[in-house]
Amino acid sequence: MIEWVSAVTQGVLLGGLYALFAAGLSLIFGVMRLVNIAHGDLIVFAAYLGLSTTMTFGINPFLALFVVVPVMAGLGYILQRGLLNRTLGEDILPPLLVTFGLSVILQNALLEGYTADPRKLSAGTIETASLSVGGLSVGVLPLLTFAIAVAVIAGLQWVFYSTSAGRGFRAVSDNQEIAQIMGLNKAHVFGLAMALALAVTAIAGILLGVRTSFDPSIGGGRLIFGFEAVIIGGLGSLWGTLAGGIILGVAQTIGGKIDPGWQLLSGHIAFLAVLAIRPNGLFPRVDH
Amino acid sequence: MPEPLLSLNALDARYGDFQALYGVDMQIISGEVVAIIGANGAGKSTLMRSISGLLPNESEQVVFKGRPVGDWRADRIAKLGVALVPEGRQLFPSLSVEENLKLGGAVGRKGQWSLDAVYGLFPVLKERRHQASNALSGGQQQMAAIGRALMANPELILFDEISLGLAPVVIRSIYEAFPDIVRQGMTAIIVEQDISRALSVSSRVYCLQEGRVSLTGRTDDVNRDEITAAYFGLAA
Ligand SMILES: Nc1ncnc2c1ncn2[C@@H]1O[C@H](COP(=O)(O)OP(=O)(O)OP(=O)(O)O)[C@@H](O)[C@H]1O
Ligand SMILES: [Mg+2]
Repeated sequence: MIEWVSAVTQGVLLGGLYALFAAGLSLIFGVMRLVNIAHGDLIVFAAYLGLSTTMTFGINPFLALFVVVPVMAGLGYILQRGLLNRTLGEDILPPLLVTFGLSVILQNALLEGYTADPRKLSAGTIETASLSVGGLSVGVLPLLTFAIAVAVIAGLQWVFYSTSAGRGFRAVSDNQEIAQIMGLNKAHVFGLAMALALAVTAIAGILLGVRTSFDPSIGGGRLIFGFEAVIIGGLGSLWGTLAGGIILGVAQTIGGKIDPGWQLLSGHIAFLAVLAIRPNGLFPRVDH
Repeated sequence: MPEPLLSLNALDARYGDFQALYGVDMQIISGEVVAIIGANGAGKSTLMRSISGLLPNESEQVVFKGRPVGDWRADRIAKLGVALVPEGRQLFPSLSVEENLKLGGAVGRKGQWSLDAVYGLFPVLKERRHQASNALSGGQQQMAAIGRALMANPELILFDEISLGLAPVVIRSIYEAFPDIVRQGMTAIIVEQDISRALSVSSRVYCLQEGRVSLTGRTDDVNRDEITAAYFGLAA
């Protein structure tokens, strides 16, 4: 019995990481209807950026966040204004093709720069520390990851619903033309949205790299997990995305408990089951 | 004649191959209220979209405050002092009533219009300020759309068919606010299909017919027959 409780607990905590994969994806789609195929590779890119930062300055990966988050945000703004804004329009194909191309470029650049060897971010003793709660042993690192995920989602929620920048995101998402007439430059608003999304991606990448080893090829898998979490939770709902991540995480750990080979498969099955029963996800957005 | 606040110089507008406006010339003096009338499809909304920068023009075709702004982006024109109350209201459904108003103020222009001033003009909006904008009645939505444009403290405000789809009693109550809106010298262009409504609040009128100006004059000088002819394209 306790093993199952343990599997569910681990799944919930893993779900926090998946919610972080998903949040940036969901934010970008929500604001500008862009499906970013390179999202997973950007997460991996952030992990490598974390690796270089920890090695260069000899610091803990959690401290490296103070470098990687602003760098990724800045790159996001430049990427959006320099490239992605040009692909947005009536036709949804160009942004898909361009971000797919970006994905390929990123993978190859990482391969070139860091080789295909698996790497890992080392956070020290915290990685093996655990808390014992009523016979249940919970890792400190997964717990911290989950806490960060909840804080990030709460922070995004606050930005979206309580700041003027968030008001601008929602307005541009509703009606780009009218938002322009109200003095919002949509190119800039989109740039800010991508900056915010990649700031979250930076956090996700570092936490991923501390949790498991990574190599340049794993971006696609992270994209799928993020995508599934978004769809399970319901498009446009940030807390729904967290719920989606948790459901995906729990499905994976329970599947893995039954048979290690089933871990990924059971996650996909949970995704398909939710999609079949509730095509709009569990918590679709209701306006305002 | 004083320097016009807005002048349109041989303005053309196209949607792809279709030409919607042909060589429209127009001069609006600061402080004027000008009516633009015309049948469905005459090009009235297209004209509003051209002035506010949603349709690209050649630079010199739209001159506002002495600056050629025809090729400016809509957000830059808004910051220079043009606001639009769009046809069909077009409030932001994800934003509450108050957030819609605040967004209108995002251009950051100073002036007499603030949340309090808008709530003073339309008290019902204050009662409903935390509701979703699409939970309002049509008339209330129109008030919110007008309030949102006023929040920008524009020098020129464009009204595109504010009475569209509203009951006469609601239209009357919205037009009753009109003197308060233009009292401080705000310049206004009013697009209406309801001719007598438009003429009652304006000092000059332009009539559009199939993308061309078919009549222009002082409201007091034009007579009904001339308007009917210009409106429907009948031989006078
Ligand atoms: N997005 C568009 N694409 C193609 N043609 C358009 C578009 N918008 C308007 N038109 C055409 O341009 C012409 C002028 O339209 P416009 O909306 O400016 O007319 P209007 O005078 O505002 O009419 P209404 O009184 O019905 O609002 C019409 O023939 C219309 O069919
Ligand atoms: Mg119209």
